[in-house]
Order: sequence, then structure tokens, then C-alpha cells
Amino acid sequence: MPEDLKPKPDEFEPRIVAFFCNWCTYLAADLAGTSRIKYAANAEVVRVMCSGRVDVQFILKAFAKGADGVLIGGCHPGDCHYQEGNYKALRRFRLVQRLIRQMGIEEERLRLEWISAAEGDRVRVVVEDMVKTLKRLGPLRKPGQPNLLEVA
Amino acid sequence: MSDPHGAVRIGVYTCHCGTNIAATVDVKALAQFAATLPHVVLSRDYKYMCSDPGQELIRQDIRDHDLNRIVVASCSPHLHEHTFRTALKVGGLNPYYFHMVNIREQASWVHVDKAQATRKAQDLVCAAVRRVAFHQPLERGRVAIHPDVLVLGGGIAGIHAALTLANAGKHVFLVEKEPTIGGHMAKFDKTFPTLDCAACILTPKMSAVRSHPNITLWTYSEVTRVDGYVGNYKATVLRHPRYVDEDLCAGCLECLDACVYKQAKVPDEFNMRLSKRKPIYIPFPQAVPQVPVIDPETCIQFKSGKCKKTCIEACGDRHAINLHAEPEIEEIEVGTVILATGFQTFDAARIPYYGYGKYPNVYTALEVERLVNASGPTGGEVILRDGRKPQTVAIVHCVGSRDENTHRWCSRVCCMYSLKLAHLIKEHTGAEIFNFYIDMRTPGKGFEEFYQKLLNERVHFIRGRVAEVTDWELDPSEEGKLVIRAEDTLAGFVRRIPVDMVVLATGLEPRADAPEVRRIFNISCASEGFFLERHPKLAPVNTFTDGIFLAGCCQGPKDIPDTVAQAGAAAAEALALIDAGYVETEPNTAHVEEAVCCGCKTCISMCPYRAISFVNEIHKSRVNEVLCKGCGTCVAACPSGAVRQHLFEDDEIFAEIEGVLSNA
Repeated sequence: MPEDLKPKPDEFEPRIVAFFCNWCTYLAADLAGTSRIKYAANAEVVRVMCSGRVDVQFILKAFAKGADGVLIGGCHPGDCHYQEGNYKALRRFRLVQRLIRQMGIEEERLRLEWISAAEGDRVRVVVEDMVKTLKRLGPLRKPGQPNLLEVA
Repeated sequence: MSDPHGAVRIGVYTCHCGTNIAATVDVKALAQFAATLPHVVLSRDYKYMCSDPGQELIRQDIRDHDLNRIVVASCSPHLHEHTFRTALKVGGLNPYYFHMVNIREQASWVHVDKAQATRKAQDLVCAAVRRVAFHQPLERGRVAIHPDVLVLGGGIAGIHAALTLANAGKHVFLVEKEPTIGGHMAKFDKTFPTLDCAACILTPKMSAVRSHPNITLWTYSEVTRVDGYVGNYKATVLRHPRYVDEDLCAGCLECLDACVYKQAKVPDEFNMRLSKRKPIYIPFPQAVPQVPVIDPETCIQFKSGKCKKTCIEACGDRHAINLHAEPEIEEIEVGTVILATGFQTFDAARIPYYGYGKYPNVYTALEVERLVNASGPTGGEVILRDGRKPQTVAIVHCVGSRDENTHRWCSRVCCMYSLKLAHLIKEHTGAEIFNFYIDMRTPGKGFEEFYQKLLNERVHFIRGRVAEVTDWELDPSEEGKLVIRAEDTLAGFVRRIPVDMVVLATGLEPRADAPEVRRIFNISCASEGFFLERHPKLAPVNTFTDGIFLAGCCQGPKDIPDTVAQAGAAAAEALALIDAGYVETEPNTAHVEEAVCCGCKTCISMCPYRAISFVNEIHKSRVNEVLCKGCGTCVAACPSGAVRQHLFEDDEIFAEIEGVLSNA
């Protein structure tokens, strides 16, 4: 087992909810699997047909329910299976970034990545990098702290 | 918790997938965990859920245990979602009362720690169980398939696919970019390993295309736009003017002789610029269609307007030549598309130390194909650019293949065509031939036997990648020669071999315009740029866009037999769709809850398919579910939650999010 993939007891393991589009990033995650690329088990995928389906509420719900990070994966600009859903996702992403900043959530906890069906290794790179970032930031909800997002 | 779903009875099935899942995910523990989740009345694990006994398990349990929701934790839904939905249907349940959990591609195969992988699998199963409780029964729609087919690319792949479909009685539009069909194969002299003449097997198929009543052939044309979806594509084809009317031209070619250019002066692309052509030309004598084309870049009339226009004079009463022809736009409707756009060969000049473009006697393999071809620029004589006959020839394998600096893939055909060229050059000149190879790859029918034949013909094989081709002589024997420097890795020393001619076995790469084609047809490319098939083994000619199929080297390097086999497969896939007459569509379309819609029209601007219209009378939006492709962008944008998406309802996704985070 590679040293960095070994779980370390007591270390904070961030939880990531990953919204992956059906046509590019979900397939990239499948490709990572068929290529037996190993990466951290912190990201759990919710499949949507298009990154454009990712509702602002989904992101807030994930943060409210205990996610330390939210990852959105879509097709590269110009490659969207539905022509331009990824552009809509990008716009919404920018909006939510500002929104969560105002709520005191670090912007780095929300990430949008373009990963094509051929980029299996990119899934590993992005997830590992996000895990690293989130470990640095620590848990979103510190023990004893009220959950301001619970209303979402 | 009150139960909003009536009596939800969920069955959860965990697949071992042999040891593919079971080695990394504790499937027993996962099944036991699932049994504790709300509404789960049955949780089983089984070796292979996708097998017939596995499916039967689901079908039987639906009957025996009154299950009304099914969750299967196994591989990717892209692989077996359809399989299990069908099992539900056979078992008497609506197939959309199902959710699949990907614990193979996205868990067991990508994680190493069993505890972590199992924990993640539990979260995902929990998410699916919560989600599936909200599922509603859905019906698939039906879309009629237009019986016509568009085949893009007129190489051997496109030709074979078009003829197969046309022979089955389907109408085919064959669109080719060049002024003639035939593709790369038309340039070859012989084909390996049988050494049958490429022209003898290709040109009859080319003329069959021309004369087939079911084929509309548009050469010198390209597809500029494609709209629609499986069964109902609308394609826009741009037909470049060839300035000679195809319907009026009789193919007498008198205009070529009459051209004011008495000598051909323009490098001939078909002959790899080894000969010259006139501004009005026919790519090669057996070209289809047998209609000349005028190249406005070099024609005097186009450049200066002061030509005597002897070509028009020669054409006489036929009036086939029209120098004022404009590009034409054709709009066609087809149900299916076969992409057979082929490849380009690696540009040898990208590897400067092989001297292509610097030393005149360094050739690419495709140039040598033309030299050995009886209808080529030298009439089949292998002579160097200075007119000499080569006495010694080096063939350098893997130029632009298996190389970290250029392309990492093996181009599959180069070993074999190098053997073929070695045989042909030896036959034509009696020269001594040295092959420099990394590995000899001859894994086809009759290929290894052909290699043995070449060994018996005393062609030399030196194992080692060539370091450089140089004209820097070290002793008199190397004077006036090209020197190959290579490490002979079998003998264990560096060799210098002086030769008269160097042939670079250039690899196959995606065409420069492949990204554009990919965008127009909305398909995916693999990382190296070849078009991506839906599944490398189970759907090798399908793409992720329904109704669009792949054939030939646009999908990856392959030889002629494999290309023809793939073209036949693509034609068969298209035929299967056409003859079914309709295709079932996924029900994941959007719809508007009219009672909730406030008429703000936000959704309308979201839809790239213009599927949403505004009904003025009631001041509400309405989704045309036939036009809706089911991306859900409008759903996410609706500020009042009035637009909803089947199978991706807010409730379902919220439940899924809560599920994955249930033990956070």
C-alpha cells in the first residue's frame, strides 16, 4: 500500500460530496477505476446528468449535513454533452462562492473542475488535492459550534 | 419518521463481482449494514449480480417478498444499469424503482484500505436506499428513427459501411472532404500480408459507391453543423465548389490536356508531392467521382482573371466547367451517423535527428508507397530524388510511435507495412535492406508467417531505436551515403550503417481536424485524441452519443481487415436501430408544476434546445418533453422549484446527499 494512502488513526478525514456529470467527470471516475488508479476515499459521488443540474441548494445542503468540501465536476468548456450546461454551472459556482464566503465558509471548500471522460488520473489529482486542502482547513463544523446552515 | 411513500419495501443486493469488489470492500458487512437501513426488508450479497442467477434472485424476491424498490451495489451504472432495470421489468416492477450504487469503479478499484472502502460503500448504499424511496414509476418515450444514414469519411471504412447499409436498402449520404473517395488505402500499392493489390480490391468498391442507387456521394464536402438527437439528426453539409459540374462532366479529361499549363507545375498531394499536377486535375486516374477539380490557389484565371480559359473551350458543348460556381449548402435529415474520418500520418519533420526534410533521400513510408506503386510518380520504379537506384535501404520503425517525446502508443500497422515495403523495395531494386525495430509486432492472421518470409528473403533486422540519421562520414565507405547510428541491443554495441535511402515508418495519429469533428457531433475523445468508444470491449463502435457510431482509424490505429470489420459492425449497429424503427428515450426529462410556476421565464433562457416555451394564456412555462434532453439545468435555475426533473427530483438528490453524509 502506498504510504500516503494508509489511513492514520486520529487524523481528521474530510468528507467531500462530489457532484459529477454523467458524461464527462463520472466517466472519468469510472476510468480511474478501470485503470486501477488509487486515491483517497474521502469523496462520495452523487451523479447528475449535467453539472448544470447542480442546484445551489444541493451545495448548501451538503455543507449543512456535514460535508467539509463540495466538488463539482463537469465537461470542459465547449464539450458539454448538453452544449452549455457547464457554463451555467460556472456562473452558479461563482455565485455560491460569494454566498458561502459571507457565511464564513472558506471558498476553497467548494471546487469546480472540468474533467473529461479521458482524464481518469485527473480525478485522483483533484480529489487528493482537495483532501489536502481540507485537512489544512480542518473540519467545517468545529465541535460545539452551531450549524448555521441547518436552515438550508 | 412518518412514511411519505406508502409501504416502501426495499431490497438491497451487494455484488462481490468475483473478488473485484469483495477483495477491497467487506461485502458481508455491507449487506448486514444495508439490512439495518429504513424500509429495507431484504439485503443479500451474491457473487455476480449481473449473471442470470443474480438477476433471477431479484426477480424472485420481488415476487416472494413484495419488494417495490431495488438497490444494487455493484459496478458502474454505465455498465449494468440497463441490465438491472430490465430485471425489474421482467420481475413485474417499474424499472425506475431502481438505483445503482457504484462500489467497483468508484470504490473497490480505487481504494486500498478495506475499512475506508467499506465505509464509503456503506455511505453510498445508505444514499441509494434513501433516494430510491422517493422514486416514482416512469415510462420511457419512443422516438422514431429516420432510416437515412450519414457516413462521414470516404476511406475504406466509410466505403464499406456505406455499401453495407446501401445493400440493405438504406439510403446513405457519404460525405468526403477530399475531391475523391478512397482515403489512404487508395495510395497503397500492395496490402500486407497477402500482397494483394490495394487498387484491385478498393477501386471496385469505389465505383460501386458511385453507381449505387442508395448512396448520395458528396466529395469535396464537409459537415459543418449537426443538430438533433438519435433518430432525428439534421446535418448541414458544405459542398466546396470544384468548378466542374459533376452532373454535366463526362469524365473525358480533355480539359486537363487543354489547360494553358503545358507542364504540370503544382506539387501533387495525392503523390505526396513527389510529382506535379496542373491547376485543373484529377487526384488519381481511378478517382471517384471521375470529375476534375480546379484549384483556385494556382489557376491563372482565379489568380489574375487573364487566362485564355482553354479548359472551357475543350469542354465545348457540355458546359461542365463553371468558374463562377459557389459553395453549396445541403441540409439533410438522418437517423444515424457513422464517423469514419480516419487518421493522418505523423509528421516526420518533428524528429529533427532523422533528417526528414534535410536529406533528400530520407522518405516517409507513405512516400515510398507511392514510389513502389505502378501508378505512382515513377511508374513503380524505386528511384531516389537524384535518379539513382538505392543499393542499401534502411527502414526506421516507430517514428512517432512508442516514444515519450511524441506519441506513446503503438501505431499497430508500421511493423507490418515496413515488412511489406522491405519486400517490395527488394523486389523492385534488389537492394540490401536493414530494418531497425524496437520490437517486431506481428500479431495478425498470417502476419508472423510474413515476417518469417522476410527473414528468409535475407532482409536484415537490427533491434534498436535509431539514434540519428546523418551524412557525416567517418570513412570512405560512408562517403555520399546517409549513415544510420543505432545501438544494436542484441549484439550490444553501437552500429553505423551507411545506406542510400532511409524510410521512416511514421505512425498514425488523430487528424488535425478531429477536435472540430468531435465538437460538431458532440462525442468524446480519448486523451491521445482518437474518438472514444462507449466501451472498449462491449460497445467498441458506439459512442456516448446515441446513434453515432465509429469505424476505422478515427477510433484508434488499425489495419485494413480490422477497419473493414469495424465498419461492418458500425453498419450493423445502425441497421439495428433503423430496423427497430424507434428508440426508447430515457424518462429523465424536465416538467413544470404549473401550480408553482410564477411565470418568471428564468428557465426559458437556460435551455439550449428551446424545449421550454411560455404559455401566455396561463402565464406559465411549459416543457416540450420530446425536445428536452434531460440535463436539468432549468431545474436548478428555477427560483420557485416549479421545474422538476424525473429521476433527478430535488427530493431524491437531497435524500442522496443526506445519505452519503449520514454518518458524518
